[in-house]
Amino acid sequence: MELAATLFSTAYQFGDAFAFLVISCAGLAVIFGMMGVINLAHGEFIMCGAYVTAATARAGLPLPLAILCGALVAGLVGMALERAVIRHLYHRPLDSIIATWGVSLIATQGVLIVLGSTMQGVGTPLGGVAVGDRSYSLYRLVLMGAAVALLAGLYWLFYRTRFGVVARATIERPQMARALGVDTRRVYGLTFGLGAALAGLAGGLYAPTMTMVPTMGATFMVESFVTVVVGGADIFVGAAPAAAILAAIRAGLTAWYGQLFGQIGLLVAVIVVIRILPGGLSAFIKRARR
Amino acid sequence: MNDARTFAPEAAPRDRRSGLAVWLRRLEGPQTMGRGSLFWLAAGLALLAAAAYPQFSDDYTVGNAAYFLVWTFMAMGLGVVWGYGGALSFGQTAFFGLAGYAYGVLTINVGAAYGFTWLALILSVALGGAFALLIGYFMFFGRIRGVFIGIVTLSVTLVLETFMAQTAGPQWRIGEARLNGFNGMSGMPPLTLPWPGGDLVLYPGAQLYYALLAMVALCYLGLRMLLNAPFGNVLVAIRENPERAEMLGYDVRVYQMLAFGLGGALAGLSGALYTAWGQYITPSSMGLTSAALPIVWVAVGGRRDITATLLGTLLVLTAFQQLTIYGSQYALVAMGALLLFTVLLAPDGVVYTAMERLGRLGRPGRRAGR
Repeated sequence: MELAATLFSTAYQFGDAFAFLVISCAGLAVIFGMMGVINLAHGEFIMCGAYVTAATARAGLPLPLAILCGALVAGLVGMALERAVIRHLYHRPLDSIIATWGVSLIATQGVLIVLGSTMQGVGTPLGGVAVGDRSYSLYRLVLMGAAVALLAGLYWLFYRTRFGVVARATIERPQMARALGVDTRRVYGLTFGLGAALAGLAGGLYAPTMTMVPTMGATFMVESFVTVVVGGADIFVGAAPAAAILAAIRAGLTAWYGQLFGQIGLLVAVIVVIRILPGGLSAFIKRARR
Repeated sequence: MNDARTFAPEAAPRDRRSGLAVWLRRLEGPQTMGRGSLFWLAAGLALLAAAAYPQFSDDYTVGNAAYFLVWTFMAMGLGVVWGYGGALSFGQTAFFGLAGYAYGVLTINVGAAYGFTWLALILSVALGGAFALLIGYFMFFGRIRGVFIGIVTLSVTLVLETFMAQTAGPQWRIGEARLNGFNGMSGMPPLTLPWPGGDLVLYPGAQLYYALLAMVALCYLGLRMLLNAPFGNVLVAIRENPERAEMLGYDVRVYQMLAFGLGGALAGLSGALYTAWGQYITPSSMGLTSAALPIVWVAVGGRRDITATLLGTLLVLTAFQQLTIYGSQYALVAMGALLLFTVLLAPDGVVYTAMERLGRLGRPGRRAGR
């Protein structure tokens, strides 16, 4: 029984870290993997999703619907941003980083000015379950399920639907796709919107577990970037295993040495992975498969 | 974007004169704007004006101007790494903070006697440079490119910030120096010159201003020479086309790593000087907002020319201090907007574009005016 409780505790830690990495990196990975744009305003889309979720949930909407609302609003904001700014910068990837950083500064500080330094959040729902002599949050178990569902949903979207085929064709050979009558600008716009909506979803899902401050997006930044870097350009092949490996490292180090070493471990892992596998895990897996 | 001045043929003839003369000739060259007596006259006048400035101002304002000068080293370093080397680093603040803390730890432990503060300054800069070389080794020998460099460097500086922020409590000490977590270190001595008849302590004011002005001028001229030397030419060749540079027989990785190390050392110089200037350093100097600042200065000024970087940095710093006086909370919004508009409307940088126009005006006979 003692052993089972310890095993469950370890699995819970791992699952929690895994869910956080997958959910927070999905939006960034879609935008980067599909469009080659590093979106430094990723954290601000997360913040946007979280704020909308909290506001609508406190207005009386059930939490799942409120979370969807958050994702939707973030997605719409993302599409507007793509049309206004990102569209002009596709051939200048470094400049698009800087532009999105500018957006991020404006958004963080703008929210601080308009809504103040903190906002009332929503409590964590569902309570807890006791395993052994410790209690675990049921909501975090739901988040783990959400992470798996998110991966499955993205796979279905990009490999089983017409939009997915068109989007992947646009990424692989933009000229060819255009010659075949695909409106590539619209595809880019939708993909960016999807990435922003995924970020908003992450914000909504984690809104009940966090304090609502304008800089809350920054807490997601390091983890999501690290996962994308380790995963490499192809998110479907790379992101899930990358998240699993990083979650194992992080859960292990956090359990033994504390939070800080968990984070430092992540950084060291990234540097080592980059040194050994410059293309990330996805390039490695693809090469091995061939 | 192939610059005409990138491979200007007039830079090629080999100079057979002594080493010093060769380096002095490199003050002008294909990689830096501005040549001829008119440019140097203007530069000399600017330096004179800067030197005369403390005579017409009070000590507080001069100390404030010294504060601006502190930052220019980091900006010029980023200009070399990003503008000339083509590697966008978001993490210059990591080296800034590391060197700043190193200066604090060293001087708190040893004190300021016998001009030790200057040795501490050099050691801190060396530490910043060495750390940058290490990160650069992993990045460039790992063949990381483009946007990934930005991500890795940003992660480095954010992790350093997190680490320093949790060093509260008496167990986090190096010798006498307590790291003090989120509140940061304070109480280190400022730069001190051993002087006959009592040490000369460089508090923010005219004396520190002159010391910094001299360092900025030396650093600027030194970088001009380095950038027009073969090292700078190769660096620009790599930025324009890494494959071509490699085919010509240059080890791209080594050049990029060295440039990154130089950028880190210059950021470290800013960091150590910052600590000496205000006698404090906090972890937030490595945070996300601080990391954005050098990018803003260099992007707005113009990253492809060291003169534009220097002028742009001073310009943006001054403008933002004015803005902060009237409404500090809007300063960051304005900064983000400035960044956005620079990228969209003047991608080469505002000062750079203005200087280029001015150069064309001065030489109507030549089309490009470079």
